[in-house]
Amino acid sequence: MNKERKEICLSGSGGQGLILAGIILAEAAGIYDGFEVVQTQSYGPEARGGASRSEVIISKEKIDYPKVIKSDILLALTQQSCDKYIKNVSEDGILLADSTNVLKVPSFTGKIYQHPITDDAIKVIGNQLVTNIISLGIIVQLTDIVTRDAIKKALSARMPARIKELNIKALEHGFKIGEKLKII
Amino acid sequence: MKNVIEKYIRKEMFPHIWCPGCGNGIVLGALIRAIDSLGWEKDEVAMVSGIGCSSRITGYVDFNTMNTTHGRALPFATGIKMSNPKLKVIAVMGDGDCAAIGGNHFIHAARRNIDITAVIINNMIYGMTGGQYSPMTPTGKFGSTAPYGNIDQNFDLSALAASAGASYVARSSIYNPNQGTRFIKKALSKKGFSVVEIISDCPISYGRMNKLRTPVKMMEWIKSISVPKKTWEKLSVEEKKDKIPMGEFLDICIPEYTDKYKEVCAIAQEGGGNE
Amino acid sequence: MSDEKQIVKILQGNEACVEGALLAGIRFFAGYPITPASEIAEGMARRLPKIDGKFMQMEDEIASMAAVIGASLTGLKAMTASSGPGICLKQENIGFAAIGEIPCVIVNAQRGGPSTGLPTKPSQGDVMQARWGTHGDHPMIALAPSDVNEILEITVKAVNFSEKYRTPVMLLLDEVIAHMREKVNIPSREQLEIIDRKKTNVKKDEFLPFKADEDMVPPMADFGSGYRYHVTGLVHNEKGYPTSDAEEIDKFLRRLSNKVELNKKDIVIKEEYSLDDAKIAIVAYGSVARAAQRTVKLAREKGIKVGLLKLITLWPFDDDLINQLASQVDLIVVPEMNLGQMVREVQRAAQGKSRVISYTRIDGDLINPIEILEKIEEEMSQ
Repeated sequence: MNKERKEICLSGSGGQGLILAGIILAEAAGIYDGFEVVQTQSYGPEARGGASRSEVIISKEKIDYPKVIKSDILLALTQQSCDKYIKNVSEDGILLADSTNVLKVPSFTGKIYQHPITDDAIKVIGNQLVTNIISLGIIVQLTDIVTRDAIKKALSARMPARIKELNIKALEHGFKIGEKLKII
Repeated sequence: MKNVIEKYIRKEMFPHIWCPGCGNGIVLGALIRAIDSLGWEKDEVAMVSGIGCSSRITGYVDFNTMNTTHGRALPFATGIKMSNPKLKVIAVMGDGDCAAIGGNHFIHAARRNIDITAVIINNMIYGMTGGQYSPMTPTGKFGSTAPYGNIDQNFDLSALAASAGASYVARSSIYNPNQGTRFIKKALSKKGFSVVEIISDCPISYGRMNKLRTPVKMMEWIKSISVPKKTWEKLSVEEKKDKIPMGEFLDICIPEYTDKYKEVCAIAQEGGGNE
Repeated sequence: MSDEKQIVKILQGNEACVEGALLAGIRFFAGYPITPASEIAEGMARRLPKIDGKFMQMEDEIASMAAVIGASLTGLKAMTASSGPGICLKQENIGFAAIGEIPCVIVNAQRGGPSTGLPTKPSQGDVMQARWGTHGDHPMIALAPSDVNEILEITVKAVNFSEKYRTPVMLLLDEVIAHMREKVNIPSREQLEIIDRKKTNVKKDEFLPFKADEDMVPPMADFGSGYRYHVTGLVHNEKGYPTSDAEEIDKFLRRLSNKVELNKKDIVIKEEYSLDDAKIAIVAYGSVARAAQRTVKLAREKGIKVGLLKLITLWPFDDDLINQLASQVDLIVVPEMNLGQMVREVQRAAQGKSRVISYTRIDGDLINPIEILEKIEEEMSQ
């Protein structure tokens, strides 16, 4: 990373595992890659549905302001979250939109990547719940925000044995998508 | 008998604040005799009260004592018992204290079945604040805030305690202090949440507003409304009106809270649970 | 601190609070579910039974506070945690802990208010309640950390102060830092200063439970230890018995407040950033202090000499510290997530020696560094 401070915003709706994805990304950066890191979230009263946002800030230096000022990376798993948070992405930032749900990509000066992530989770991996992990795989592959090794270790450490394999498969699928993904 | 009482009181706190003819002293006597008959050390007894005339009891006895906030004797007592289960914990409450502002704590202490003895001095009125009606004031009786007669239904505290999960429930009155002493002794010996409700008088507040101005008249009234449980059960609904059953209503053995908590610790320390 | 003894983890603020509390020796917790503090109760429910500590979920907030005080009297270090609506309910018993001089810690993970307010959003609206929430003149110590490592460290301090001064201590978090996750170095117990309450050692029949030593704090005895005494919410004498003697009342109530006010030097914790040459100072606390830290950086990049005084101890309030700062700078800005609460204290203590202005935000979002800078620039242009 060349910038002192990288800001990532993972957005969608409650129940899509965005807070967990944020925690795994934070652990990868903080524990395995040795960065300073802060993870915060914003959520409503609903445990499922409703708007959900998880923010991760990764820096080589101690982090003062713990919230996103301008996102360097925005993951949008729903149309609503894409429309809402795109305004707060830096001009040369990155948008990764899940084209299963985000049908209309807003105009944006930075790099836009699109992939039907939820579709892949259902059809390729066989479980919609890993949409968040595929997304992490794509982001890491596209941006090198953390090392692939670190995110894999963080994911393994977090997941209970019975679903570990499934999640690693999802992460690696994300890496593969990321390799091929082109800016639109 | 005098010597027994003197062994347990803080003489320097006397004279007490209670009015002539008040039943609180009779209950205090019953409590002390019950504790003495069990041979407990003063150091192992913790007595907690809330607010009201009754709550002054804790200041007068030489135990580990606490005069807490209105209605909250039981949760304070719960903290003590939970932290040091070896202590014999007694909560003394008045009827407003226990049944109104502390009503929620009362049912939940019973639900947990934590090993605390609750002694409720039920004089059917808020005495200290000047005779306002309480949740135990019988329907139709008068209080300073019920000048046209009380329209509320009153609680049956013993039935409430029994249905909420207590182990031992009994009711007596200051007219029958020997029975009261016996019930308190059984309650103190019980492992679990035990309740003894003592019907008491308040000539100054309750009596004054309900044509029972003297202690003797109040005693006679308490006698007239008291019916042994066995007799009460045979009465018709009409005959039960204005009468209060006296006796033991519940005496069962069920798992106690601090014992169950020990099991929780054992499970946690063996790595069990849903982790 | 040696590195090998430390464990590095990514922890949520509330989890770090649990770690700090357990390290400080908390062995009793009673609570009631409430957002955004519930993770503290959940952590305690998992951890305390493993070390023979006591966890209780009570029937309400009032009972939780009562149980904590009862537990503390038997000698256990005790704590509860809640948020605005629950803290309102605890106030009467917080007053009891103050007058009964019973050590305990109350965590308030602040959310927007009044009433149910904004359960999932941060606020600093309870800082005055922390000081004056329970009625009557009483001592209060309130501490406000601003990051997750600091939560751990300041939780230990909160427990220490409660034990040292025999008084309730309020730990003020806010939803941002309570739910935020950061890298935390968990120290070992040996690396920390842990303070236990002073115990009495006089003969049992000579024990005066509320007779203070020179530090204004009376030594304590555990219920069940053989020192039988009376604890009451009534104003009492050294024996612990209710009193209506004017001299005894005055002496007791003044000592009660003074044991905290006159030990301010020991209790006040603060941090300074770039204040040496500053002409403008930001005074901030809690999560807002982190925004302010960035503001200092952004301002200095523009050549504006801004510094930050971060208050960790909010109560007792250090008048001298602010007065000194006011003589040095031309302008003090106090950003807060409320409509201006601590700014009143700052204005009072500054005694007109510098301009003091308030910057407030109450929409449920954390104040950001740029808006503080814009406020400063706006003031400079006037």
